[in-house]
Amino acid sequence: MSTTSALGGVVRRREDPALIQGKGLYVDDLNLHGMLHVAFVRSPFAHAKITSIDTAAAQAMPGVRAVYTADDVRHLGLLPAQAAAIGRPLLADGEVNHMGEAVVMVLAETRAQAQDAVDAVDADYDPLPVVIDLKEALANTNLVHEGVESNTLITWTAPFGVEEDGLNELRAKIDEYKARDDVVTVSLEMVNQRLIPVAIEPRSVVAEWSAGYQQMTVHSSSQTIGAVASAVAGMLGIPYNQVRGIAPEVGGGFGAKLALYADELLIPWAARELDAPVKYTETRREAASNTIQGRGWLGTSTITGTRDGQVLSYEIDAICDMGAYCQDLTVAIPFLGVFVGSGQYGFDTRMQLDCVVTNKQTTDAYRGAGRPEAIYYLERIMDAYSREIGMDPAQVRMKNYIPSESFPGAMSPVGFAMDTGDYAMNLQTMLDSPEYSAMKAARDQPRSDGKLVGLGMSTYVEACGFGPSALVDLGFSWSGYGQPSAFNGSGLVRVNPDGTANVIIGTGPSGQGHQTTWAQIVSNELGIEMDKIRVTHGDTKDAPITIGTFGSRSAAVDGSATFEASRKVREKAARIAADLLEASEADIQFADGGAHVAGSPDKRVEWAAIAEVAYQPHRMPDGEEGGLEAHAIFSPGNATWPFGSVACLVTVDPETGDVSIEQWMSVDDCGNVINPMIVDGQIHGGIAQGVGQALFEEAIYDDEGNLLTAGLIDYPIVTAVDVPMFNLSRTTTPTDVNPMGVKGIGEAGTIGAAQTLVNAVVDALAPLGVKHVDMPMRPRRVWQAIQDAKASA
Amino acid sequence: MFPREFEYVAPSSLDEALGTLASNPGAKVMSGGMSLIPLMKLRLFSPELVVDIARIDGLDAIEDRGDHIAIGALVRHEETAASPLVQEHAAALASAAAWTGDRQVRARGTTCGAMAHADIAADQPAAALALGATMVAASSGGTREIAAADFFVDTLTSALETNEILTEVRIPKSSASAYDKLGRRGGHTDYAVAGAAASVAMSGGTVSSAGIALTGVGTKPTLAAGSVEAIVGTDGGADAIAGAVARATEGVTVLEDLYGSAEYKAHLAGVYVGRALEQAIAASH
Amino acid sequence: MVLGTNLRFFRHIGVVEARFQLGLNFLMKGEPHMQVSMTVNGQAVSGDVAPRTLLVHYLREDLRLTGTHVGCETSYCGACTVIVDGKAVKSCTMLTAQAEGAEITTIEGLAENGDLHPVQEGFWERHGLQCGFCTPGMILSAVTLLEENADPSEDEIRLGIEGNLCRCTGYHNIVKAIEYAGAKLRGEEPAPAEWEVKA
Repeated sequence: MSTTSALGGVVRRREDPALIQGKGLYVDDLNLHGMLHVAFVRSPFAHAKITSIDTAAAQAMPGVRAVYTADDVRHLGLLPAQAAAIGRPLLADGEVNHMGEAVVMVLAETRAQAQDAVDAVDADYDPLPVVIDLKEALANTNLVHEGVESNTLITWTAPFGVEEDGLNELRAKIDEYKARDDVVTVSLEMVNQRLIPVAIEPRSVVAEWSAGYQQMTVHSSSQTIGAVASAVAGMLGIPYNQVRGIAPEVGGGFGAKLALYADELLIPWAARELDAPVKYTETRREAASNTIQGRGWLGTSTITGTRDGQVLSYEIDAICDMGAYCQDLTVAIPFLGVFVGSGQYGFDTRMQLDCVVTNKQTTDAYRGAGRPEAIYYLERIMDAYSREIGMDPAQVRMKNYIPSESFPGAMSPVGFAMDTGDYAMNLQTMLDSPEYSAMKAARDQPRSDGKLVGLGMSTYVEACGFGPSALVDLGFSWSGYGQPSAFNGSGLVRVNPDGTANVIIGTGPSGQGHQTTWAQIVSNELGIEMDKIRVTHGDTKDAPITIGTFGSRSAAVDGSATFEASRKVREKAARIAADLLEASEADIQFADGGAHVAGSPDKRVEWAAIAEVAYQPHRMPDGEEGGLEAHAIFSPGNATWPFGSVACLVTVDPETGDVSIEQWMSVDDCGNVINPMIVDGQIHGGIAQGVGQALFEEAIYDDEGNLLTAGLIDYPIVTAVDVPMFNLSRTTTPTDVNPMGVKGIGEAGTIGAAQTLVNAVVDALAPLGVKHVDMPMRPRRVWQAIQDAKASA
Repeated sequence: MFPREFEYVAPSSLDEALGTLASNPGAKVMSGGMSLIPLMKLRLFSPELVVDIARIDGLDAIEDRGDHIAIGALVRHEETAASPLVQEHAAALASAAAWTGDRQVRARGTTCGAMAHADIAADQPAAALALGATMVAASSGGTREIAAADFFVDTLTSALETNEILTEVRIPKSSASAYDKLGRRGGHTDYAVAGAAASVAMSGGTVSSAGIALTGVGTKPTLAAGSVEAIVGTDGGADAIAGAVARATEGVTVLEDLYGSAEYKAHLAGVYVGRALEQAIAASH
Repeated sequence: MVLGTNLRFFRHIGVVEARFQLGLNFLMKGEPHMQVSMTVNGQAVSGDVAPRTLLVHYLREDLRLTGTHVGCETSYCGACTVIVDGKAVKSCTMLTAQAEGAEITTIEGLAENGDLHPVQEGFWERHGLQCGFCTPGMILSAVTLLEENADPSEDEIRLGIEGNLCRCTGYHNIVKAIEYAGAKLRGEEPAPAEWEVKA
């Protein structure tokens, strides 16, 4: 049955029929005539001079068409990296700075032949001292890059915009708090470890060059295909309108497909050099060592508060691991942590985040990107403080929230205006729920199986929906190779002569269900049936300009633009319908596939009839232009600030340290919800990634800079047996920064998860004297924490 | 993801397979391929010739041979796990097979293949050791029997010669055995961080004989001789088990890896010796 | 689940692919090739492949059945799962040669006469997929799970799909999707969706 859809209704996803039948198209599915395949020789060293590269044997291998080194691509410059000093050569140029760095590119007729030729390349290296440990990096014991005075690229401080004098005043104020005799100060050094994003689809790039039309087509599994096209145009020295970027189905992104990669430039370049289609699909090991990693903070949180739960100040001093080079947002990621550094609270907050380079793969945006780290440090220390003063952690939070009366527009202690929030209401909803009561009861139930039980909770706020285009001035830009940078949302809505509609957007999904959600936005506004609306994305040939999918921004920004484009179409259609129905424009309503006069459902005209008039301009009302399409650009005045409360119940086997999650719940508030089914799905997946960080995941580099976890064997991600069902509910506090009142939900689950789980494990182990367990809480670490507590007792 | 070039044959008889192996020192035997193919894809191992034995008749049975069970070279993990014979007479092996890999891997990989691969953290070798299994190796020169205790030589190294095929594993019947482990993602998931198998025989309230083996803790699946010595002759009660736990890694080289320090792994070895023994002794009653 | 990984021995597993002397005999005479034939989605197919051709590559590149995906190299992710002679297996860890004579079902062959299989329907009805990359393998794994166990518990479902990694859904709705399909296959009315209950 064909229906229109209101916002807030569940609609089955329109992208699914292709995907469940194996008929979706991902980049690696492309198989073009005469296509060449790429494999890279990669550095076995974390830091070394390249002393020689001999490619002669590889050149002579069967099927090999070309072998390129830095000598061939040096003239293309460095990989564009915004807001950063240290860019990546497209192929290592004289020196390698992390294990797995691309040194030589081989093109052959088959992928296997390319790999065979990689084996035949003889590259020699002269190892240099490596910088792996973050404290040593900060101390400049060794330098990652020659000619750079310090490993520290930038130091972010908060409150934002406060200069050194102001920070010193704040330090003095906090020292006074600490000196009071009615306070406690609790401090913990904690690791928020490096992670490997692990989209199940490895990144893939296919480029086709048309010498006749001077047209480059780049297919890439990218979250920001417009930025890829822009950078390729800049690199090749051709205008943007001669590059077509296509991101078809993208098999998961999670931020890792946001950054621009060297291969996204090398593959198009080689396609033009060789006048042949070229494909590169990374292997899982390459995905681990050469697609960006995330997190990587070592920090100390300190909280000072009274014994009755009034927090006076919170401080975090952290070293943030940038890796060897900067990609798009590398140094900006910790700054996203500054946005939410004081969480939902009103107490004085001081932050210092030293961003250092190391001989490891670059870090960049990974689900949450700076915000999970910041919330982790804050909410872990809130938990430790609550435990220290013997108060219920939920009540301590209640006592310190920014009150709902401060909204809209509350100013956070770290210096950001927040849109809307009612934190106490949200937390109270969780505390009042039967699920939470059941967890509390289960926690206090005596057990006979020797397991320890823990209940953990935390709350979070997030800043997302980026964003105000003024962020460009802070370094959030995509202006590779001198190309102008877009930072906006957009949407294009066209009603066709037959009454169907095309919605064309520049932001594309990597699982988020844009085709469904955007159709709902348009259907809701225009009253056109869902199955008459076709949403297309991921092709710069047609799409309006935008920046792409990241930071939980698509619905809030590009969705809002589409909403506004729909509204423009609706207003014009209302004038046409009023003319046809001989009614007042103000009385025209849209529903069920057409327009009718309010109160007179029989006085009705179908969309096809309206559109027919629009495309036969002589029939239009006087003064109206023909056509029935509209484009809108949207740039919100602020980020959006979702929030929520999370709790879980765990059991711990004290003999082995094995942690098991028994129950999980959250109450999330992302403002108005367009499709609850999709929103819940986003939260589920986000939780699982937070659980993965808390329990299993860690990109481990040894002292020599070898990545020891470069495959899924030693980098376990969450499987179905590792998580329970998630019990979700929500509160609704619409934002005032966009017309639909929607915030963002792509990252919230992750931001709320990890510390909740650590808090629960610490709750279980607290009777043994354990105060903290670092992530990932693999059994060995939990067991060790128990042994250490026993030893110090 | 792309193995190096190799040649492939799929002989239809054991003699043909053994002849091929005899004349090709660079050949490698493959049954399910679950261990071999990933190594080849990662180019960590590149045989010149793969001898696929999956099309040889008569190697795919689990047989009751009176005092022992014989598991043929082509018996899949899932078949070992689901076999009533194995469940009744070699419960430790049935559990170990059920916790090997995942469902898809268990549908292709073979019990004998897991033995021949000799991974340091595999499940089924520990069960074979504890149960006192005998490995039957065939070559063009005939067959030989190798005690499990002599079979696991070192990391990824068994006593098999390159011209031999492990045609069957013979498991002496045990009425009381068990296997338990801590998997890498906790519970029984994935490879073992540490695990132990135990098989006991009780006679008149006394443990008359026992086999106990460890996996995951050192360079190879290995017998826990100290634990055996501690438990045999006792009543199998809590104190006796504690005695066996205390000697779990006696004479065993315990190594640190990504999943635990040597101290932790030694501790876990004891924990799982205790748990496996408890279950085995309980099953004997 | 297969590769023994003592990192002392493979510490450079991430990238180092040890240099080697490519078998000169291959260079001299070219890569060996062999004939294979099998039945894929009910159609008899045959082809000429190098022995090193993995089944997943034969399906994707020679037969253009690109619904079977490659997500890892080590038999972990399960995106390449297909049904071979009734069993869900990982086609990235099978040589094409090993499939000689086999009956293979890929995701493209699951729907019959345009009717979705109940597992496909379940994934659609219960939002069991997001990016869709793991979905073909996940669905085929679930199909064989339900053939082996018509009424699995939640735990049995979770164990049954342990070899299929999903990074998007947290598995919550995948479990619901398989429960839906199980009910359908048993001729029962599936439990209402969570959002129907909440509403």
